[in-house]
Amino acid sequence: MGGFLIRRLANYVLLCLVATFLAYALASLTFDPLARLAERNPPPPAAVVESMRQELRLDEPVPQRFASWFGGVVRGDFGRTVTGQTISDELGRRIGVSLRLFLLGTVVGVAAGVLVGMVGAVRQHRPADYLGTLFAFVLLSMPTFLVGTLLKFGGLQLNLAAGTTLVYFTGEYDPGLRGGWGSALVDRLQHLVLPTLTIALHQIAYYSRYQRSAMLDVLGSEFLRTARAKGLTRRQALLRHGLRTALVPMATLFAFGFGLLVTGSVFTERIFGWYGMGDWLVYGIEQQDTNIVATVTLFVAVMVLVSGWLADVLYAVLDPRVRIGSLGGHR
Amino acid sequence: MTSAHSPLDPPKAAPGEPVLEVSDLEVSFPSEAGRVRAVRGLGYRVDPGEVLGIVGESGSGKSVSSLAVMGLLGAGARVSGSIRFRGRELLGLSDGELSRIRGRRIAMVFQDPLSALTPVYSVGDQVAEAVRTHAGVSRREAARRAVELLDLVGIPNAAERAGAFPHEFSGGMRQRVVIAMAIAHDPDLIIADEPTTALDVTVQAQVLDVLRTAREVTGAGIVLITHDLGVVAGVADRVLVMYAGRAVETGTVDQIFARPRMPYTLGLLGALPRVDEAEKRPLVPIDGQPPSLVQLPPGCSFAPRCPVSVPQCTLGEPALAPVDGGTGHRAACIRSDEIARSEAVPAEIYHVEPVRPAREPGPVQRASRVVLQVRDLVKHYPVSKGLLRRRAGLIRAVDGVTFDIRQGEAFGLVGESGCGKTSTLMEILGLRAPAAGTVRILGRDVVELDRRARRAVRRDLQVVFQDPMASLDPRMPVGAAVAEPMEVHGYPRERIRRRVPELLRLVGLGFEHADRYPVELSGGQRQRVCIARALALEPKLVVLDEPVSALDVSIQAGVINLLDELKDRLGLSYLFVAHDLSVVRHVADRVAVMYLGRIVEVGEAETVFGAALHPYTQALLSAVPVPDPVTERARERIVLTGDLPSPADPPSGCRFRTRCFLHAALSAEDRAVCATVDPPRKPRGDGADHEVACHFARPRKVL
Repeated sequence: MGGFLIRRLANYVLLCLVATFLAYALASLTFDPLARLAERNPPPPAAVVESMRQELRLDEPVPQRFASWFGGVVRGDFGRTVTGQTISDELGRRIGVSLRLFLLGTVVGVAAGVLVGMVGAVRQHRPADYLGTLFAFVLLSMPTFLVGTLLKFGGLQLNLAAGTTLVYFTGEYDPGLRGGWGSALVDRLQHLVLPTLTIALHQIAYYSRYQRSAMLDVLGSEFLRTARAKGLTRRQALLRHGLRTALVPMATLFAFGFGLLVTGSVFTERIFGWYGMGDWLVYGIEQQDTNIVATVTLFVAVMVLVSGWLADVLYAVLDPRVRIGSLGGHR
Repeated sequence: MTSAHSPLDPPKAAPGEPVLEVSDLEVSFPSEAGRVRAVRGLGYRVDPGEVLGIVGESGSGKSVSSLAVMGLLGAGARVSGSIRFRGRELLGLSDGELSRIRGRRIAMVFQDPLSALTPVYSVGDQVAEAVRTHAGVSRREAARRAVELLDLVGIPNAAERAGAFPHEFSGGMRQRVVIAMAIAHDPDLIIADEPTTALDVTVQAQVLDVLRTAREVTGAGIVLITHDLGVVAGVADRVLVMYAGRAVETGTVDQIFARPRMPYTLGLLGALPRVDEAEKRPLVPIDGQPPSLVQLPPGCSFAPRCPVSVPQCTLGEPALAPVDGGTGHRAACIRSDEIARSEAVPAEIYHVEPVRPAREPGPVQRASRVVLQVRDLVKHYPVSKGLLRRRAGLIRAVDGVTFDIRQGEAFGLVGESGCGKTSTLMEILGLRAPAAGTVRILGRDVVELDRRARRAVRRDLQVVFQDPMASLDPRMPVGAAVAEPMEVHGYPRERIRRRVPELLRLVGLGFEHADRYPVELSGGQRQRVCIARALALEPKLVVLDEPVSALDVSIQAGVINLLDELKDRLGLSYLFVAHDLSVVRHVADRVAVMYLGRIVEVGEAETVFGAALHPYTQALLSAVPVPDPVTERARERIVLTGDLPSPADPPSGCRFRTRCFLHAALSAEDRAVCATVDPPRKPRGDGADHEVACHFARPRKVL
C-alpha cells in the first residue's frame, strides 16, 4: 500500500508541474507586462522600462524563468506580481476566501442535488419530477452571471420587503462593522448567502440529473424488492438500500465537480466582489502577470488532483466491492 | 425460532386450515397497447407445511400473482379479488400494515441471488436487519441471531463470513443468505420465486435441501414458483399449472405428472428433454407463442396453439373442472375427458414424427475426419488485487484440456459455472496461438494462421450465443443480420439475395420475417435467426454456447429439434456448451465433463451418462432433477458439499478430492494418493470410447 501511494503521489507532483509549466509558458509567451508602461503619458524614461525588464527577467528563456520561479514555489515563495507585491502574502487569504465559498456551495449543492434527484426518481412522471426537471434545465442553460445578477435583484427585493438589510451583495464582510464575535458571524453569513447560492444552484441542477438516473437504476433492482420483502416500508427501503447504493456512482462526480469549481467561480467572485482565486485569475490576466496566472493554475491543478484522490477514497468508503480487492475482481 | 407475536396477529391456524387462500385474483398493468391482464381469476390454497409448485412459462403470471400476495407490485398495478392469509384479507391493507406481515409471517426468496442482496452492506448486516425489522432486539443480539441463521442455512464459518459482502459469495451462498433472511421470523408462508433457476445443478440440489430444512424448522407452507418441472417433481406436494394468467390444471404432483389432462401440461411434459432417458425421442415443441395479454383470443387462451382444439374451444374460456372423478385433480379443458379416455402421450397428441431413427446400441464408428483438435490447451488469467492492482495470482481457467471433434459429431462440454467451459470456447474462437497447447481447426494449427488464413477459417467456424436478443443488433432487420456474414466475406450480391430466404426457411422461419426487427420476434424465433446467421457461410463447425438456456421449455424443444435436424442434414459438427445436462444428453453424441479447468471424464454420451465412472460426473447427474415424481422420490442423491474451489489455487493431486464423496470414504492410504498424484485421463480399458481421470473410479447407479 505504501509504495503504491508514494508512486501515486509522485505522479501527482509531476502532473502539477506539467500543468503549471504549460500555463506559465503560455502566459509568458503572450503577456507583455511592459506594454502598459509604454502607454503611460508621459512615457516613462527608457531606463525605467529597462530596469523593469531586468526585474521581470523578460530576456531569459521561458524554461529558465519557470525553473527559478518554481524553485521559489518549492521554498514557499511564489514570486512577485508585476506591481511588486509578494504573491505568497495574498495567496493564503485568497485561498481562504475561495474555499469558504466552494466548500459551502458544494455541501449545499450536493445535499440539495441528491434530494431533488431522488425525489424526481421516486416520483417519476409526477409533478414533483417535472418541476425538478424544469428547474434543472432552466438553470443549466443559464450562464452564471445571469443567475448571479438575478439573485442580486432578488436579494434587493427581499431587503426592500423586509425593510432592513438581510443579505449583502458585495464583499465578504462589512469593514465598518462594530460589535462582538456573534454579530461578526451574522455579518459574514449575510454576505455569504447570495454567492453560495449562485454556486450551489448550478450544482443542484447538475447533480440532480445524475442522481435521478442513478436512483432510477436502483429503483428497479431486486435488492430493493428483497429489502421490502423483509418487511421494510417503502420509505425505509428507499433510503437505506436505494439511496445508499445510488450514491456510489455519484462519488466521482462530486469530487471532480469540487475540483473544477475554481474555473466556474470566476464570475461569481467578480459579481459579488469576493477577492478569491477566480477573481485573481482574471486580475492576473488583466495585469498581464505570469506569476499570478501560474500560481492560480497550480492551485487548480492541486485541487483537481486532490479531488481525484478524494473520489477514490469516497468510492472505497461507499462501495465494498472496491474496498476489498477480491480475487474475482474484474475491475 | 422465536419472534414476538403481536396481539393483532391471527393465531397459528389449526391443521387443515389453509395458510393462504387466493381466490378470483385479477392483476392488470397499464401498457401503451392497453391494459395487460397478467393474472385472470386465479385461485389456490396452501396448507401449513405443504409445498405448492406453480409452473408456467415466462409471462404466464406466476411471479406477478405471488408479488400480489406480498403486496410488492408497482403503483400501476390494479389488483382485485381476495388474498386471505390465515383468514385475514391482505388486499387493501396499507404499505405500513403489510410491512408488518412481510418478512415476519410471509417471507419471499427471489430468483437471482446475484442481485437480490444490496451490494454495499455485509451479508451479516442484511440478515440482522431482517431480524431487527420485526423484533425489538439490540444490534448485538440481532448480529448474534444473524450468525445463527447463516449457520442454519449451511454457511461454513458463519461467524466469520457474516462480515463478508455479497460479491464475495458465490450464487449458491447468496441464495442461502436470502433464505436465512426469509426464515428469520419463523414465517407461516415462504414464497420462493424461481429460487434455483440461476444456479448450477449441484448448487440447486443444495439450495432445495436448505428449503426443505427451512420447511421442517418453520413448518411453513411453501409456494414454489418455477418453470422447471424436474424441480417441481422432486419438491412439490401439489402443482398448479398456469397459462396466460390462468390456472389451467391443478392436482397432486403424481396426478399432474402421471395423468395430465390439459393439452398444455401434456405439451410441457413432452417438451422436456430427460437426463434419464437413453433413447432419443423427438421433443414436443408447442407451436406458436403465448397470446398477448392485452388482446386475448376468444375462448380458451391455449386454443390457438392447441393440437386438439375444436371449434367449440373458441366459444368460451373453460373453467377449472374436476377430472378423473373429482379427486382434487382439476383441468380447464373441454376435452379433458376424451384425453383421459385415450391415455395419449404427448408425442401422439402433438403429432411429432421421430426426427431420426434411434441409434444402434453399442459403440459407434466415429467418422475419420477430425474437425477440431485441442491438445493440452491452457488459458490462465492474471488476477490483480484491489485498488493497488497488485498481481495476486493466476486463475487457471483452462489447465490442460484435450479433446477432438469429428465430422458430423455433436460434442457437449458440461460442468459447473467457473469450470472453464466458456474460457475454452473463447480460446478456440479467438483463433490465436494459445499460451500452451495446440488448437487445430480442420487440420490447420491456429499458430500458423496469418490474417487471411484466419479469415478463411472463420468461415468454417461459426458461433451461436446464449442470449439471442443481446447477440442481434436491434436496429438491423432480420434479413440484413443473416446477410451480414456473407457481405463481410465478399459474397456476390445476387447470391446473398437468393441465400437469405433459403436460410430463413432452413431454420423454420418464413421470408416475411426478413423485414422484421428482432424486437418483433419471440425468443425462439430470435435464436433461429442467430442459427441462420451462423449457417450463412456454410460452416463445418458450429460453436453453441448455451443456445437454449434463455428460452422457455416449449420453445426450447423446437430449437433443440432444429439443431438435431440441421446437424444430420448438413453434416455439421457442434461444440455444445450447456449447463443443463438433460439438454446435453439429448443433443450430444460425445460429452466431456469439466472440473476446474480439466476434463475429468469424456466419451460417448450414452456411456458417460449411462455408466458414469468419475465421482464428479456421478454427482452432477445425481443432482439433475427428473420430471417424474416417482423416480425422484426413489433416487438417492449425492449432494456435493461446498462450492467450486478457487481456480487460482486448485487443490493438490486430484482437484476434485475436496468435494469428493468417494475420497471421503477411502482408506487413509488411498486418500494420500488422491492428495499427491494428479490422476491422468485413462481409457476405460475395454475399448469403449470412454476416458476417466480418477484413481478409484467405479460405477454407481445415479439415475
